[in-house]
Amino acid sequence: MDLQFTEEENQFRHDLKSWLSDVIPTIPPEPHRDDWAGRRAWDTAWQRMLFDAGYAGVNWPKEYGGRGATPAEHLIFLEETERAHAPYVGQNFVGLLHAGPTLIAEATAEQKAFHLPAILKGEHIWCQGFSEPGAGSDLASLSTRAHRDGDDYVINGQKIWTSFGHTADYCEMLVRTDPDVPKHRGISWLIVPMGLPGMDVRPLRTMEGSTEFCEVFFDEVRVPVANRVGAENDGWRVTMVTLSFERGTAFISEMLQSMELARDLATLAKQVTRNGASAWDDAGLRRDIGRICAELEALWALTKRNVSQAQRTGLVGPGGNVFKLAYAELRQRLGDTAMHLLDRASLSIDEIGELPTHAHVHGRIHALSLGIAAGTSQVQRNIVAERILGMPKDR
Amino acid sequence: MDFELNEDEQALQEGMRTFLAGRHPLNIARANEETGGAVDRFMWSALAEMGVFRMRVDGFGMTETVLAFEELGRALVNGPLVATHLAAGDNLGARDGKRIVGMVEATEPWTVIEHFDSLDDVIVFREHGFYIVDPAEMKVVRAERPLDALTPVARVISLPEGDLLGDGDYARERYRNGMVLTAAYQLGLCLATIDLARDYAMQREQFGKPIGSFQAVKHMLADMLTKAEVTRAAVYAAAVNIDCRGDVSCEDDAALLQKARVAKIMAGDSALFCGKTCIQVHGGMGFTWEVDAQRYWKRACVLDTHFGNSDHHAAAFAAAL
Repeated sequence: MDLQFTEEENQFRHDLKSWLSDVIPTIPPEPHRDDWAGRRAWDTAWQRMLFDAGYAGVNWPKEYGGRGATPAEHLIFLEETERAHAPYVGQNFVGLLHAGPTLIAEATAEQKAFHLPAILKGEHIWCQGFSEPGAGSDLASLSTRAHRDGDDYVINGQKIWTSFGHTADYCEMLVRTDPDVPKHRGISWLIVPMGLPGMDVRPLRTMEGSTEFCEVFFDEVRVPVANRVGAENDGWRVTMVTLSFERGTAFISEMLQSMELARDLATLAKQVTRNGASAWDDAGLRRDIGRICAELEALWALTKRNVSQAQRTGLVGPGGNVFKLAYAELRQRLGDTAMHLLDRASLSIDEIGELPTHAHVHGRIHALSLGIAAGTSQVQRNIVAERILGMPKDR
Repeated sequence: MDFELNEDEQALQEGMRTFLAGRHPLNIARANEETGGAVDRFMWSALAEMGVFRMRVDGFGMTETVLAFEELGRALVNGPLVATHLAAGDNLGARDGKRIVGMVEATEPWTVIEHFDSLDDVIVFREHGFYIVDPAEMKVVRAERPLDALTPVARVISLPEGDLLGDGDYARERYRNGMVLTAAYQLGLCLATIDLARDYAMQREQFGKPIGSFQAVKHMLADMLTKAEVTRAAVYAAAVNIDCRGDVSCEDDAALLQKARVAKIMAGDSALFCGKTCIQVHGGMGFTWEVDAQRYWKRACVLDTHFGNSDHHAAAFAAAL
């Protein structure tokens, strides 16, 4: 085992840091959270900057316009961009982390040539049409129907939890193309342009108050059969490529943010007065914060093990599920601890006093989604028990 | 960066596991409970021959040593393994398994010593130095019923000054290494409880099927494994950073201590959690003397008190922020 980076990796880090220190000061302030057009422009401008500097799709293969970075270099990229407080992947998330990798693995040469460069340059925003009101953890039971009519599929049904559905250009979508076979075998994966006749995108307000998610309704929406990726009814297998990507690296930036947030909490505790003394004088609180920070350090070490495994085998194994389970629990504990410290200052999402409380209050709400999104903690536990421990599949 | 085991490390791990499965089956440990939990000197020599005590004198690093201690924990080997290992740098008898070395953390005025009647020497951690004491010069009061039947304990009534082996920094470095090796043993305990609980859940039937097919039980196992894997990462990271092989700048002592704390906090909490959950998975059988689940939990209780418990290090970690 070793944790030393190679000379090439250190050079990669050095060049990246120097580029980041040049460009980060030139980035305008982040638009207001409800200014979706502004946010799209901001996210895509950053993606374009990455592209021009050769950092777009850092882990994508070179032949598809990526940098072909190793998993270790990818880790360095995520670490340094986060440390420099560079913009998060934002609305480019689905394109870069889900749709793009799926297209690379499964699409035709024509589909790749059209879509991949546009994702890398930040020209196309993608959203994900997987979940449905009746298909959450049991995703394969999805019922949005696509039937063939000549050279088109005609789609009827509803999708939910479609991030950035109202700003996206394309949707990676799962539809039922054969209702008469076992559920996993009748699904197809389609590239659906947004804004087609018969499509209705309605923002879905979450408990954060934001409208990042949408519901998308389909009423006789026509999509060319040529937009299918992979064979008809083979969409479930195509999808699995995407999902394993998600659990591998999607949470690394956020995890690094959490480490900073936890350390900020210690700083905050030193500034808060409670019962006439510094909140930091409370040994119980100090211990809680110390334990959270230590566990986050342990998760960072686990991330390096997962990256090493990806480097050796090309796959992020069940280590990704283990990470997500532990991370979701820890983030919720961090949020709760912050609330105990902030007490009544936690009743406003935005800062209500002199202290920087927003990140903690918002973080606490956000943490509740971590046990649900991208596979609930219960589903993750099933996967860990079944795939690592070889326990029976019946429920 | 390759934070997975290389071939040599895998071989070392497998070698230890095979050796311990052959030489330290749990039925021998169980029989030992009836004789007051004395350390088996024959076993001790065998461990020494495997290099458990002298491996770092022989040029191995903490990286290899944590793998060995993980296996000792998995096999629930009893005795003052970490203390004897830490003494091996200064004590030839400890190195070769001829002397069994216990320890006292004398930073608190009131303390307890383990395995007193088996000890040839005692290392003592004090603020200002690392000492060795002759147990014959100590006064203790033995507990009649130790929590862990294989870890006899006695209250220390008087502790002589002993011979100074090294200064405060010397003591602190050994203490830090002791934290990491104990954490490795605790990791091994976690892994053993997972195997035990899984095997039971797959074989025990209720409501017409193995209880391991129920999500309520599967999720307990998944939580055990999750904690164990996060712990593993923390323990290995602490060891690899201490060794700092390569040409890149190494972490300073303060940062290494924080990493050791991360390992000890995670391992302490996880071993207790896994031990407790293993008992729960076993249901009524888990509460019996016969089933080993209780042995792992009790050892986890013992080890959390070594080199500072997880609460202590959580507070210390925060103080260093």
